[in-house]
Amino acid sequence: MRLAQHMAVASDRVRATAIEATEFPDLSRSYRVMAVPKIVINDRVEFEGALPESEFLSAVLRAASAEA
Amino acid sequence: MALLNDQDQAAVRKEFEKLAGPVKLVVFSQELSESAELCRQNEELIREVAALAPDATVEVLNLAIDRDRAAAYGIDRVPATVVEGARDYGIRFLGIPSGYEFSNLIDSMIVASSGEPGLSAETRASLAELGSDIDIKVFSTPT
Repeated sequence: MRLAQHMAVASDRVRATAIEATEFPDLSRSYRVMAVPKIVINDRVEFEGALPESEFLSAVLRAASAEA
Repeated sequence: MALLNDQDQAAVRKEFEKLAGPVKLVVFSQELSESAELCRQNEELIREVAALAPDATVEVLNLAIDRDRAAAYGIDRVPATVVEGARDYGIRFLGIPSGYEFSNLIDSMIVASSGEPGLSAETRASLAELGSDIDIKVFSTPT
């Protein structure tokens, strides 16, 4: 979550939401959360586990280009 | 009984020495819902954390009553917490930020207080050029 929230501060375009998976089983089911941390960007790019900053950014940019 | 023991409080106070400005925590709760107990615990935790910061305020809103505010923040579930600094940067917590998320709550308050993200120049430059909105959801568990 750390990188996501720092990115939110860096850009008005970015919103970062930390979700406690066990408290929201419906969301966890919808997003097929099998392991944590699981990161879902714009409901289309997703990955599990912590990534280095450059790879996290790549995932954000992939999601952004899919919107374009 | 306090949720944070003396050791936790001392550690948070130490971290809060990095706070660079005021922070506001907007908590959404809902009594008379199946989440009422979780909401109560979340409010308690957020109030305890805010009390450890020199300049942090807490506003508690009701999801069912303060609908316009909830919609403006994009909140449709409780318990939820918005972390704001000089403005709303888009940092949200759904559920009680305990365990692993607790340190992220503290970190988010620090970064929101300054508005200065701890990211490389390259990352900042890329984010500055974003042409569409980005919604990042991070699922985690307390342990």
